[in-house]
Amino acid sequence: MSGLLKNIIRFIFFILVQAYVLDKVPPLHEYAKPILYFLFVLWLPFSINRSWQMIIAFIFGLCMDYFTSTPGLHAAPCVLIAYIRPFLLNILLPQETTELSYSEPSPRSLGTMPYAVYVLILTFMHNACLVLIEWLQFGDFIFFIGKVAAATAISMLLIFVTEILFPRKGRYRTNAAL
Amino acid sequence: MRNIFLFIRRFFHLLLFFALEGAAIYTLYSYNKTHQAFFGNIANEVTGSISKKYNDVEYYFQLKKTNEQLAAENANLRRMLPSAFESADTGKIFYVDSLAKDTLGIRKFEFIVAKVVNNSVTQENNYITLHRGLKQGVKVNMGVIGPDGIVGKVIDASDNYSRVMSLLNRKSKVSAMTKKGLYIGELDWDGKDPNYLTLHGIPKSAKVQKGDTVLTSNISQKLSFPAGIMVGRIADIILDQSSNFYNLKVKSATNFFTLQYVYLTDNLQQAEQQELESKTPKD
Repeated sequence: MSGLLKNIIRFIFFILVQAYVLDKVPPLHEYAKPILYFLFVLWLPFSINRSWQMIIAFIFGLCMDYFTSTPGLHAAPCVLIAYIRPFLLNILLPQETTELSYSEPSPRSLGTMPYAVYVLILTFMHNACLVLIEWLQFGDFIFFIGKVAAATAISMLLIFVTEILFPRKGRYRTNAAL
Repeated sequence: MRNIFLFIRRFFHLLLFFALEGAAIYTLYSYNKTHQAFFGNIANEVTGSISKKYNDVEYYFQLKKTNEQLAAENANLRRMLPSAFESADTGKIFYVDSLAKDTLGIRKFEFIVAKVVNNSVTQENNYITLHRGLKQGVKVNMGVIGPDGIVGKVIDASDNYSRVMSLLNRKSKVSAMTKKGLYIGELDWDGKDPNYLTLHGIPKSAKVQKGDTVLTSNISQKLSFPAGIMVGRIADIILDQSSNFYNLKVKSATNFFTLQYVYLTDNLQQAEQQELESKTPKD
């Protein structure tokens, strides 16, 4: 399967899962909200140009927004993590040319610990940005802290489960294929 | 000039980042004010039709409950029929008045039945999608009531689908009154529990008790709700020492988890009322 087709399928899949599975889960508490859709942005290939990453993230976030009737609410955090992503990858990538040998960030290509740090930081930023925008419209500071903490914990758990359920092969690209 | 181009080239990513963030925030801001979004109409049709497909499946799991709800509502309405009462005089046969229009007055509210195709309760701002749109006569600001009580108001409509701001929305404000004493207050949602709403603005001089019924008030016609529709029952009375008003926790009559059919209500005299009100000088 080509990378483009794979990413288009992911685009649709993540939005539908978020809109029709995770958002339909009866709420445990007002803070505990499962958010997983932004994993699409974390899984984007290395090879995409930085501006395109942001534009794709914007469109992705906006599509998500149309399902929840909040145009802009999810687009803003998605663009933020798409902007931060290259900086983080620069720091976390091993010194060998991982970008050339693997196609996208995964526990295989970055190493388990660096990948966990990568996911944790971006998840936290995404949720913080999302809740900040909600907080500016209403709510108090406890709401902000509580919701960011709870949502990040649940997101990390969901991402962990997703990585186990759908192990990506982390295809090693040889020079011959290039 | 050359320096400007160099600057743009150097900070292109940063500038693009700010532009996209700005676009996102601007869209959200303008949506919150007007409920109109870019491509809102097309997006509404697309998400509506996907939701319809999802609901076709989900609906089967709630058929029994929906059926019970509608049957109970039917029984309630039958109880109100003239034929359910024995007239005071000695005549044994009940004659239906052929001059219905004269004795019943002029029709004020019109009802349209609509299927709920998408509904959320977990967001901070919850919206409902209905499978009825402009082509079927839906207008913005129509009230929405369910079999058990009020649900929300229409904020946007495309050709075949319409978006409803549910009561479970931080921006929703509905005028409601207690059945006992007819005290009028404002109903909103604090974002915590989808089963409970908050009623503000009932003065402390009012005698309220747990279990009192809350109805839509007769000034809620701005949203074209008929007056006296069930909203819920008072579940808890929270005393706010700093003000002269109660904060009442109201258990919502509508169960938002199992909503399948709703009625859109249209106040046919609303335009006339608004026209008159707008004529009144504001000083």
